Amino acid sequence: MVVTVGWYVALSVALFTVGALGVLLRRNALIIFMSIELMLNSANLLLVAFAREYGDLNGQILVFFVLTVAAAEVAVGLALVVVIFRRRKSINIDDMRLMKG
Amino acid sequence: MGQPVVFIALALVAILSAFGMLLSHNAVHAALFLVLNFITIGVFYIVLAAPFIAMVQITVYAGAIMVLFLFVIMLLGAERLEGAQNVPNTAWQRPLAVFLAAVLVLAFGYLIIQEAVSATGTALPPLDSSPQAIGELLFGSYIFPFEVTAVLLLVSMISLVVWKAQDKRG
Repeated sequence: MVVTVGWYVALSVALFTVGALGVLLRRNALIIFMSIELMLNSANLLLVAFAREYGDLNGQILVFFVLTVAAAEVAVGLALVVVIFRRRKSINIDDMRLMKG
Repeated sequence: MGQPVVFIALALVAILSAFGMLLSHNAVHAALFLVLNFITIGVFYIVLAAPFIAMVQITVYAGAIMVLFLFVIMLLGAERLEGAQNVPNTAWQRPLAVFLAAVLVLAFGYLIIQEAVSATGTALPPLDSSPQAIGELLFGSYIFPFEVTAVLLLVSMISLVVWKAQDKRG
């Protein structure tokens, strides 16, 4: 039995689905952010696995950029959560429906 | 790409910690499960001959980003904020979410099985993933995206400062 890239694809799919479930199921904005990070990570794992499969370093460089964008996204997103919590005393996304007619 | 035993053990830890993140009621526990998940994925990177990415993963993701999460959770005292107080009936969302996730898994699984029939464990090509090789690529052909990343980080930093200034005024 040899570990092929298919095993990594399966693991990445499993992690991505758990992340997607987290976004759909949980109502806490912080946990939704964490689930998005989990999905980004599963994509990164796939990039590194295929970089190994094809002996191509470009995949690892892309992971580097994804990491940077994720860091910027988390900083802005968490600041948004803090501002919303200060104004509305809640980070439950079901409570955020000011724009509903 | 690693021994099957190593892969299965690490994959179990990764998937179980992801489910722990999904199901835990306390946001601090969820964050700590996610740290475990990130570290496991970092070990996968080492198995996949990407030591530099593994170290970046542990310092940036498991270190900086998750510390930021924990800091915000504890700053807000938001460990147990769940369950909407005054929201009309949203019970139908839960089965729908599970159904959509099942559809996602089935669609991906179909593609994987279709591809896996033709996949064989061929010999892996050599890969030089030393920090020197990554640096030469990053500052060589990827120099423009690298500069754009710097602008992105600057923009996010400026936006935070502007927000803070408006928050004090308003």
